[in-house]
Amino acid sequence: MTDSLLVNTSPHLHKKESVKRIMWLVTLSLVPCGLAGIFIFGLGALWIIVLAILAAVITEFVLQAATRRRITVFDGSAVLTGLLLAYNLPADVPFWLPVVGAIVSIAIGKQVFGGLGQNIFNPALVGRVFLMASWPKYMTTFVRPLSYDAVTSATPLAALTEGKALEGISYLDLFLGNRPGCIGEVCILALLIGAAFLLLSKYISWHIPLSYIFTVGLLSYVFGAKTLFAGDWFSHILSGGLILGAFFMATDYVTSPLTYKGQFVFGIGCGIITVVIRLWGGYPEGVSYAILIMNAATPIIDRYTRPRIYGS
Amino acid sequence: MKSLIKEFSKGITVLNPTFGLILGLCPTLAISTSLFNAIGMGVAATFVLVFSNLIISALRNFIPARIRLPSYIVIIATFVTICELGLKAYLPGLSKSLGIFIPLIVVNCIIMARAEAFASSNRILPSIFDGLGMGIGFTLGISIIAFIRELLGSGSIAGIGLLKSNEFILVMILSPGALLTMGLLIALSRLLGLTKR
Repeated sequence: MTDSLLVNTSPHLHKKESVKRIMWLVTLSLVPCGLAGIFIFGLGALWIIVLAILAAVITEFVLQAATRRRITVFDGSAVLTGLLLAYNLPADVPFWLPVVGAIVSIAIGKQVFGGLGQNIFNPALVGRVFLMASWPKYMTTFVRPLSYDAVTSATPLAALTEGKALEGISYLDLFLGNRPGCIGEVCILALLIGAAFLLLSKYISWHIPLSYIFTVGLLSYVFGAKTLFAGDWFSHILSGGLILGAFFMATDYVTSPLTYKGQFVFGIGCGIITVVIRLWGGYPEGVSYAILIMNAATPIIDRYTRPRIYGS
Repeated sequence: MKSLIKEFSKGITVLNPTFGLILGLCPTLAISTSLFNAIGMGVAATFVLVFSNLIISALRNFIPARIRLPSYIVIIATFVTICELGLKAYLPGLSKSLGIFIPLIVVNCIIMARAEAFASSNRILPSIFDGLGMGIGFTLGISIIAFIRELLGSGSIAGIGLLKSNEFILVMILSPGALLTMGLLIALSRLLGLTKR
């Protein structure tokens, strides 16, 4: 009974927030675009999502058990990593690919550094980049939407990179997801529903996504075509993994800056790198590399944007 | 005799150049794409290491302190040239695949480090054993990395293919694979207590 008389120093505020609750809510906010991806690309997409999540959770459990640490597989962070990894894969990859990717994500992207909160890179993107470097053939072969068979097709971004106008794909198609691409990145409408939920309930701030998307829009408008100030900026924003990356991966608490000022720097940096890779780089898409490079810069950004101590 | 064994074995375990001292990374990362190349590189470096340690130790009282580093480099370069010409004459294939990394042994920091830290202040026999141990430690380190990278990245061991397939992990024979393998092996060697942090 002595516990009830315990007096602590301030702060005395209590909130029901916890890592577990936030992780599961972010996972929930990602459900709409997953459903859209399954509708657009068929049931194969569902199996990839399930396999990636299972592999991520099992890897986390095995590694934590092997190193005799507290088992935290139910806090939802491994589920979220597996889910985000699956959303970054094309819908017709072989079934071992999401499994290998999830193992790399959790083992090399996260547990090697000491688990959740210690990782310097976004684990799901570590897995994706590993797969991209190892099996580029599978990672750049996309299924045509709503055809439910493995007809491969180039993404709109590949056409945009070559400076061509998009043929047969309207802005509405891009917005609703009627285009080839990765499972979770195609349906912008569903992504925005999830993002709106996270923004309105204040689980993420608008600073990183807005500065990121604005920078990509501005730079692709200026440099996106043969002449200056004629780029198809709206297509650049709607295609590729930009919306998924900006709202759900660049805003990862662990690997992004703490202050709003730092988050602006982070978002603008992501935007610049993304456009440079898209327009002049070797790959058609640069969102994952941009976020990983800025993840590496996060400690420096945090150091130079540290708030002034009140009164100093 | 006991101290000689100690000088020999420290290069393989506690002060292993690859996993303990973390020296000589250029060849370790660049050459470890195949086991055959890695062993060739290791043997070449061991040869240079043993003889440069021998000569530097023998001349340690004659080399003025102020110009010791240039003197070491001249001695090391001599043996690297012997090694390079020997490889070209008798193992042209290996010489071709190691390429620039054989002449670069001159500035290999393992050899410089042992010359500066050990041979310049120790007698001849311990210096030879130190060089031999360090060389074998380096050969072991680079070979273990190369074995893992070659197996995962191209599915073969020392050039002998095990499986007919194209699904190998391509990234393992690219440079990120070298850094990943090396980092995980350093962690493992510390976990097992072979090297200290």
